[in-house]
Amino acid sequence: MEARDTNEHVIEVTDLRRVYGGGFEAVRGISFHVGRGEVFALLGTNGAGKTSTVELLEGLERPDGGRVRILGHDPYTERAAVRPRTGVMLQEGGFPSELSVAETARMWAGCVSGARPVAEALALVGLAGKAGVRVKQLSGGERRRLDLALALLGEPEVLFLDEPTTGLDAEGRRDTWDLVRALRDAGTTVLLTTHYLEEAEGLADRLAILHKGRIAVSGTPAEVTAEQPSRISFRLPDGYFVGDLPPLDALGVCDHEIDGRQVRLRTRELQRTATALLVWAESAGVELRGLDLRSASLEEAFLGIAREASEKNEGVAA
Amino acid sequence: MSGGTVTRSPEGSVRGAVTTPMSRMSALARAELTLLGRSKATIIAAVLVPLGLPFSLRPVVDDMNVEDSGLSVGLVLLPAAIGFSLLFGVYSALTGIYTARREELVLKRLRTGELRDTEVVAGSALPVFAMGLVQCLVLAVGCTAFLDVPAPEAPHLAVLGVLLGLVMCSALGAVTASVTRTVESAQVTTMPFVLVSMVASGVAVPLELMPDRVASGLELLPLSPVITLVRGGWSGDLSAYEALGALATALAWTVLAVFAVRRWFRWEPRR
Repeated sequence: MEARDTNEHVIEVTDLRRVYGGGFEAVRGISFHVGRGEVFALLGTNGAGKTSTVELLEGLERPDGGRVRILGHDPYTERAAVRPRTGVMLQEGGFPSELSVAETARMWAGCVSGARPVAEALALVGLAGKAGVRVKQLSGGERRRLDLALALLGEPEVLFLDEPTTGLDAEGRRDTWDLVRALRDAGTTVLLTTHYLEEAEGLADRLAILHKGRIAVSGTPAEVTAEQPSRISFRLPDGYFVGDLPPLDALGVCDHEIDGRQVRLRTRELQRTATALLVWAESAGVELRGLDLRSASLEEAFLGIAREASEKNEGVAA
Repeated sequence: MSGGTVTRSPEGSVRGAVTTPMSRMSALARAELTLLGRSKATIIAAVLVPLGLPFSLRPVVDDMNVEDSGLSVGLVLLPAAIGFSLLFGVYSALTGIYTARREELVLKRLRTGELRDTEVVAGSALPVFAMGLVQCLVLAVGCTAFLDVPAPEAPHLAVLGVLLGLVMCSALGAVTASVTRTVESAQVTTMPFVLVSMVASGVAVPLELMPDRVASGLELLPLSPVITLVRGGWSGDLSAYEALGALATALAWTVLAVFAVRRWFRWEPRR
């Protein structure tokens, strides 16, 4: 892997805001930066503000507040300085359905400085065999790959990928991941949005989880998950009640749920809580059926943030 | 797909040059030309209607006694044919094309690249613009050959009229597309301008046949000066004052239409 100079901020976003015509605030003051050669993921549910944010970074719209710098330039007012160095993959197509794959790529190549040969670009995403096929006859996944090929035509320094793997099958998704990693290793800065948690976890050097137009949490995948509690779940043995367990607080449990005989515990000290629980079961001579220990995952973090944020909002409303 | 070696072009592969506005627009225009060739509905509406309709009007014009107003059948049919070409071949066709590209998110995609906004609008219009120009030439030659129209007395006025008409109708097509939701509804949204122009701008009925007071009002409509310049260019009957007035009116509408495009053109579908 080449040395990455993450001190150079290729993407700088400061207090960015976007308000739609009806007064809806899609982006409510977000700030982050991405260093050269980093892969940065914006995670969020539908409507969290991912695409609204990316469109501002791509320079398609003028922000309603805050500022964006791509390679040191404003992508909206200094379009000519930025565009030859960026590649963009929109969330959906944007190709005339009656053109063939090769015709589409040739048209786009004519609009990209230093474009690589069309055949090479199509081969890169496994579309070489589809050159003569009309865009309307492509599958959803093939269209995503065509979009990716066009984004890569000019060997951009900065790549924006808005949900690059939505609609791809498992194999296509893995291929795209490999391609993104190879690009990153070659020094390309990548900003991608996704609602697949494993995609962000596996690809991103750093990520931010967006919720209702704000960044709820950001950091490396490990940092983000480390803030979340681990989970233990099991079935209460017959004849036992929750009160028969050792005091949960003393076990390091920070939260618990009882659903019939199913017990779910949350802890930030998985080993200590689990050991105490198992020692208790051993001495009581009972079996904890369905025992499941799970350290925090990004999914847990994601769901936790959505839950917390909505509770907070309700609190504010009340 | 995949692999570190393929993410950078292999040694010796030929890389494209740095793009210029001309190279970008011609790449876009070439793709649009391909699309135009594949759209039978557009071709029929844009080629057959302007070339065929005026001649089907001939029996009507023959009964109009146009000679009383100092016109000939040819001098009525030629401007009518050019008017049809501008209205159907250019204006309506471009309204449909811009709407289709916007709804397919093509315009949005194009704006993410190096193309400037004006290049996207102009490049998309080029093939239709060129087709309109060729139609006008074919009509001029055809009418001269088959309708006993004499050679134009003031060709420069006819040329200026046609060129202004082409730019104006292209820009108006882009404006109309901005208020058109789907390609199908373009048939409705283009109706007002097409109908008004045919009836009141001298396309179907020469303004010379109308009462003077009505005619002087209708002369201010967008397509009227274009038709006036074409007819006057052939007949040579326009005074310098009339010619300048028509040119000024046509230029004003053209500038207004271009301004409207810059101000109100829609790049993305309504959601």
